[in-house]
Amino acid sequence: MPSPTLQKIPVTVLTGYLGAGKTTLLNRILSENHGKKYAVIVNEFGEIGIDNDLIIGADEEVFEMNNGCVCCTVRGDLVRILDGLMKRKGKFDAIIVETTGLADPAPVAQTFFVDEDVQKNARLDAVVTVADAKWLSDRLKDAPEAKNQIAFADVIVLNKTDLVSKAELAEVEARIRGINPYAKLHRTERCKVKLSDVLERGAFDLDRILDIEPDFLEAGSDHEHHDHDHHHGHDGHDHGHGGLKHYHDEEMQSLALRTDKPLDPTKFMPWLQNLVASEGQKILRSKGILAFSDDDDRYVFQGVHMMLEGDHQRKWKEGEARESRLVFIGRELPEQIIRDGFESCITS
Amino acid sequence: MSDFEPGDQASIASVTDRVRPVAIGAAVTAIHFLGDRAAFVGAEESVALVDAEGGISRVTVHGGGILCTSSDGARIVMGGDDGKLAELNGKGEVAVLATDPKRRWIDNVALHPDGAVAWSAGKTAFVRSGKGEDKTFDMPSTVGGLAFAPKGLRVAVAHYNGVTLWFPNMAASPEFLEWAGSHLGVVFSPDNKFLVTTMHEPALHGWRLADNRHMRMSGYPGRVKSMSWSAGGKSLATSGADAVIVWPFASKDGPMGKEPTMLAPLQARVAVVACHPKQDILAAGYSDGTILMVRLEDGAEILVRRNGTAEVAALAWNAKGTLLAFAAEDGEAGLLPL
Repeated sequence: MPSPTLQKIPVTVLTGYLGAGKTTLLNRILSENHGKKYAVIVNEFGEIGIDNDLIIGADEEVFEMNNGCVCCTVRGDLVRILDGLMKRKGKFDAIIVETTGLADPAPVAQTFFVDEDVQKNARLDAVVTVADAKWLSDRLKDAPEAKNQIAFADVIVLNKTDLVSKAELAEVEARIRGINPYAKLHRTERCKVKLSDVLERGAFDLDRILDIEPDFLEAGSDHEHHDHDHHHGHDGHDHGHGGLKHYHDEEMQSLALRTDKPLDPTKFMPWLQNLVASEGQKILRSKGILAFSDDDDRYVFQGVHMMLEGDHQRKWKEGEARESRLVFIGRELPEQIIRDGFESCITS
Repeated sequence: MSDFEPGDQASIASVTDRVRPVAIGAAVTAIHFLGDRAAFVGAEESVALVDAEGGISRVTVHGGGILCTSSDGARIVMGGDDGKLAELNGKGEVAVLATDPKRRWIDNVALHPDGAVAWSAGKTAFVRSGKGEDKTFDMPSTVGGLAFAPKGLRVAVAHYNGVTLWFPNMAASPEFLEWAGSHLGVVFSPDNKFLVTTMHEPALHGWRLADNRHMRMSGYPGRVKSMSWSAGGKSLATSGADAVIVWPFASKDGPMGKEPTMLAPLQARVAVVACHPKQDILAAGYSDGTILMVRLEDGAEILVRRNGTAEVAALAWNAKGTLLAFAAEDGEAGLLPL
């Protein structure tokens, strides 16, 4: 059964620190012979050479919702532009939103969670972050925006790999993985990436939250990867395992929880809602596949900061392990509080 | 509670058989009357002028989407995503009034009875006086809505965190009415005493202009996209709920401390409202395609169009109040002579 959300116009968010190659990727998407038409929403309108009929300049105007929640910010300009674009429905197949190099992707994503009109017509497909293999490691140290963009990404295009040695590449990848082990990572030169790897990902489609395993065993990886669930180092330290370094980012990290015992929905739901209400500023992304007691359906949820959406996805299959798995990516996550809270939701 | 399931249809007066269908065949974004011709402004490119007999003539006005429209009865001024501000007069003649050099979208437009026109592109608001002088003013954030005050040359510019009252012909600095949030549509009350904005969240905000006292008008389940002053300006009818929400403005305090009236509730969201120009009647279009005429005094309803189609996109009365024009999002439209 096709998901009704797939009939809405997909919106891909393209982020990346200054100079990483966002415009190169955008031009690649637009110039490739794919037979699709894109509406492109850009910043620095008119200053970059993009050849496209439907190109709209945006001002990245973020405002706080009047609901007392400081992280409930949305992109007002995006609401307006998407509304205007809907007048030209049928003239394009998908929308690409390019953010500035210093932008936080959260308000863009939250716009799709809170705005009724946006939700009616469009769906967020994925956050694609272009990263510069040569300079990302430095930026992760001095630019909080760069770290945010990596943490938030569904897809990371690690660009300019021709400008670094194998060892440097391994180092920057390890740093990325220390922050976000779940994004799909593609190594590129001049953003040469298959369009199917960056577009139509369905990363925010609840029906496609099938698996939330780390992206370590991806085909095409020429490294021997190790289980990441091990002791983490301290600030500035790193440690090698068979040639691949593991970094623990002191500020931004991911937290994975799992249990093969059923969760009590009357405990879990209030816990999750309270958690994002109290710690939502720290939690950038969350995702989960849940097995509840006395429930034959898989329940899936995802969230951005304090905003959550969830639904029953499908029946657990015969013989399928009824396992609950959750992932949080965030800043200074209160790990023990989250682990203890989660434990208390497991039926005894 | 009204219900238009087949079994109950006899319980409500209906004028559906008097509606003249008009096949616009394309999405409609607004309707205005130019004399007795109804101008159905398309979502893209053209306007369909429909005479009382149902004859259609099409005029191309923009090279893309039509984002905003305003009319004074003699002309319609429209802004497009082609960066142009275009005018259509009653003879069907088109003129380009302005072209944005950067081809930015023209997001908002407003007309003053003396011939002045205001428009906006991004953060910049423009006013061209009746004598043809242009003035511009840069706002702190993107303009969400524009309205001329009924008296004098004063423009209300809605944006983030409030409304700027701009006097294009005066050296005095503009007045700023502050209220946190994103303000979209803006209207003055016909008596010039109140200013009301629609907000990004499902609420209206208002100011009493004499003392800038705030009026919070909230409780809507959805964003308010349509507002219409009743004849004489004693009340403001609004969309956004599953009934027409009508706020009282007859007293000097406006709706402060008062409850709104809820008229014509259905199991569908009110999408568009249009008050009759002379009588205390309004037309309401719903998300399920229903159109009702409603008497403000007692909420008595007359069915104009049945449910079961696309959302109603636009409604308009002619100046005399003898014709009601409507269009749904799928381009199905009609004229109702009264």
